[in-house]
Amino acid sequence: MAHAETHDPNTPLEYRSEVGRLNILGFWIFLGAEIALFATLFATYMVLTHRIADGPALGELFEVKSLLIQTFLLLTSSFTCGLAVHEMRRHNVKGLMLWMIITLGLGLGFLYFEIQEFLHFIHEGANIGTSAAWSGFFVLVGTHGAHVTFGIFWVTMVLIQVAKRGLTPATSAKVFITSLYWHFLDVVWIFIFTAVYLMGMVMHHG
Amino acid sequence: MANKTEVNGHGGFPWKHLVGFVLSIVLTLFALWVALGTDLSLTWILIIIFGFAFLQAALQLLMFMHVTENSTNTKLTGRVQVGNILFAAFVAIVIVIGSVWVMTAGHAKHDKHDKPKTENRENHGGEHDSEEHGSH
Repeated sequence: MAHAETHDPNTPLEYRSEVGRLNILGFWIFLGAEIALFATLFATYMVLTHRIADGPALGELFEVKSLLIQTFLLLTSSFTCGLAVHEMRRHNVKGLMLWMIITLGLGLGFLYFEIQEFLHFIHEGANIGTSAAWSGFFVLVGTHGAHVTFGIFWVTMVLIQVAKRGLTPATSAKVFITSLYWHFLDVVWIFIFTAVYLMGMVMHHG
Repeated sequence: MANKTEVNGHGGFPWKHLVGFVLSIVLTLFALWVALGTDLSLTWILIIIFGFAFLQAALQLLMFMHVTENSTNTKLTGRVQVGNILFAAFVAIVIVIGSVWVMTAGHAKHDKHDKPKTENRENHGGEHDSEEHGSH
């Protein structure tokens, strides 16, 4: 800690150092930029969603079962990630580790089903170059998937650091920031679920 | 000692998380049902499912991410965080609705389509359609 600060005993570890506080605030501002990034991809996708050329329509290939599996894996992982931070604030390192590892497992499961779905689409004749609509789809959903992949590596490294150094103001701020990132991935997925999958299926059937 | 950081960290059961999780599941399934299981008009379906999406996003931010949480004993950072996210949401909505409106409403007049959302797909082969197929 840079300064001899006095703290309310209820102040969580991650807020006790100035660096930790500023990093958390800075990360919130980064998330604002991420929202703008995804907004541009959503805009492109939604503009081009009917430009299917000779390829299949988007809603034609979407499947409710695969969609729900992915959605619930990611939603549950967001929940378990929240429980991990809850345990961290009770200074329970084992609880933090356990819930975070479950979170990572659910994240890997999500990626597995997403990749399976992409392969299925490609098999059905819809790849990234098939039409403007499918390009928009793969870039938007793929960017989200790339974020999940990055998140899995990042969380893993932070957990290794916690295992080595224990919970300090520095490591707990890192855990907290990765948890914000992970929840944010689910926030983006809510809009992919709605704007891509639900809208695609409604437009196709209705 | 008021809980100035508004962190429910030292308590026992994480009710906030559990409530957020259950409500998220309910909203997800209800949105799916509205979209695929009802006979509502397209406009109403879109209004409802996007309403649910924003509601669920707010739940994540409030129940899981503690966006209103203050990092110090001042009330400042919670407000900065909330303000930043609200502004980002505003930017996102302008980008998406603005782009869609410009690119579909304008094209509809250009191509003389009455219902661009359902008719466009057969007529447009790609991004450069306006010159090749502009005279439909």
